[in-house]
Amino acid sequence: MAEYRGWVAAPSDYQDKMRLINLSHLSKIYQSGEVEVKALDDISFEIQKGEFVAIMGPSGSGKSTLMHILGLLDRPTSGKYLLEGMDTSKFSDEELAKIRNKKIGFVFQFFNLLPRTAALRNVVIPMIYGGIKPEEREKRAQELLEAVGLKERIYHTSSQLSGGEQQRVAIARALAMNPSIILADEPTGNIATAQAEEIMRIFQKLNIKGHTIVLITHESDIAEYAKRIIHLRDGKIVKDELNGRQRKIPITKHQIPIRQLADKIQISKFKTF
Amino acid sequence: MDFGFGILDFFKFMEFKELISESLIALKANKVRTGLAALGVVIGIASVIALLSLGKASQHLVESQIESLGSNLLTVMPGRITQGGIRGAMGGATTLTSQDAQAIADSSKITTVKTVSPEYSRNAQATAGKNNTNTQIYGVTPAYFSVRKVDIEKGVAISQRDVETMAKVAVLGPQVVTDLFGEGTNPIGETIRINKIAFRVVGVTKSKGGTGFFSQDDRIFIPLTTAQKIVFGVEHLSTIAVETTGKEVMTEAQNQIGYLLLERHRLSDPTAADFQIMSQEDILSTATQVTQTFTYLLAGIAAISLLVGGIGIMNIMLVTVTERTREIGLRKALGATKRIITTQFLMEAVIITFFGGILGILLGVGIFGILAKAMSLPFVISPSSIILAFGVSAAVGILFGFYPAQKAAKLQPIEALRYE
Repeated sequence: MAEYRGWVAAPSDYQDKMRLINLSHLSKIYQSGEVEVKALDDISFEIQKGEFVAIMGPSGSGKSTLMHILGLLDRPTSGKYLLEGMDTSKFSDEELAKIRNKKIGFVFQFFNLLPRTAALRNVVIPMIYGGIKPEEREKRAQELLEAVGLKERIYHTSSQLSGGEQQRVAIARALAMNPSIILADEPTGNIATAQAEEIMRIFQKLNIKGHTIVLITHESDIAEYAKRIIHLRDGKIVKDELNGRQRKIPITKHQIPIRQLADKIQISKFKTF
Repeated sequence: MDFGFGILDFFKFMEFKELISESLIALKANKVRTGLAALGVVIGIASVIALLSLGKASQHLVESQIESLGSNLLTVMPGRITQGGIRGAMGGATTLTSQDAQAIADSSKITTVKTVSPEYSRNAQATAGKNNTNTQIYGVTPAYFSVRKVDIEKGVAISQRDVETMAKVAVLGPQVVTDLFGEGTNPIGETIRINKIAFRVVGVTKSKGGTGFFSQDDRIFIPLTTAQKIVFGVEHLSTIAVETTGKEVMTEAQNQIGYLLLERHRLSDPTAADFQIMSQEDILSTATQVTQTFTYLLAGIAAISLLVGGIGIMNIMLVTVTERTREIGLRKALGATKRIITTQFLMEAVIITFFGGILGILLGVGIFGILAKAMSLPFVISPSSIILAFGVSAAVGILFGFYPAQKAAKLQPIEALRYE
């Protein structure tokens, strides 16, 4: 840790917060009748704040299981999952629910939205569970929906929205409680290519703003939008590389000033791999 | 690590209000199903309210009618105590005689009696020209009309002379006038036949109201002696009605008359008495018992329908939970705890039963109103029935909504999210 001291006086708190996700020797074993299925086998990696990671693998590689564990929807059979430095195995189900609410924003492949419910209401729900006041959360929900370009559609229900629009509502909802991580499970799996591009552009924009994004996918095209790709096969990590050829969608409206870019370069010096 | 748990108390209060609106929105999203679920409760509560109110109104009616008979009234009836019943002896007992009645009136041992009215009543066929009616014939003396508080509207009552001469004269109740001669007509001087024997109509009584069992207007009064000896051929009485000197002496009067009759009937053991002496209170409590039992029976039947309604709610909620499995998984992923899910679904059940209850109450009151008018019952609604109905409907919601709510809360998020 000596290299850090020169740059920043970092309390361990800060280090923990930077080291958002820390998996060490994580395994998940399912009992399927007589047979033991090892969905995840001794997984270890770290994700820092501000990263954009894609977890890629064919079906059966364990990526869904990994996402469930990362999202605190499931517990590992062995190994440790530290979220912002906290040992997640120590939390009860109720506590995990509260942490999910405040720290994790989900974007699922299907059925992201409550049926027959307005987009606005969908975005408001996590804020209800999180105890945010009504006026505040209505305002925030409207702002978020505007930010993803759905200002005209805030009262539409899911049946009145296209697949891409539904995913955008899901993203707005995921941002509602200002989470530490955005977890997206095959977010573009169910929508047309043009709209998929739009979704990925939004993720990139969010990442530039500082959000940490973890994306699960089986398509290499989609994985290419991320800055780092972790390859899974049969429950094991087979490759963990920086994506040199990151696909970028030109962001003409939001050019990043040089100073911010410089900050980004400094931060990247702290990354440990 | 601060997760905002400090605002937990505020959160709990907010949560409750929120969950109610959450439940309302969920219910509105599927109006048809909500409506069907509520239907069982609506019908259940409506029937409870309607039947309970009907029962209570009948009770009320009976009570007020009995009370209107006067509080100084004692009714002596033949038959053992076990016989029960309110009006007339049920066949058989022939132990009361006119001599008994005379003795009560004359005896120096009885100081608390003002007037004695011996009566014999029986059902018979009465005709006038082409019309006929099946009605209760009362063989009475003049005392009847003062003891039983029956007024004459037209003509005269039965006189002492009529009794002494076994005259074939009749005083009609207004209902009989309507049945035999037409509503509002004056039958004085007309002839009617009772069991084929001709009688001359001399009077009409004032309407006293009441329907069915207690109808005081559907009667024909003839002299007691005529009834006993000419029309029906009997020697005994159905009832001796006694007006006492005052409310205060009721018990004393009962004792005096009782002992006298025991002596006359040569019985030494009061428990072997072949007669009963009932005060208005006794009649009232018997009648109340009967109508109360009736009311509770009705309410019990209605309660069963409410139970079925509750089971219906549970069924529909269970189906709802299954259908909304993915939604529950999503909510859990977004941070809903078991408590939040349980509360939401429980709230949904309670809201259904609550609004079902309100509709049921309105419907029940409406039905009761229509029936009360049709059956000439007083339109009296007891607030206690309404509060009971509210309480019961909420309880039904909580009771039958609990199991489905628990089921929903226990769902594992991943399983729920994977559910097709």
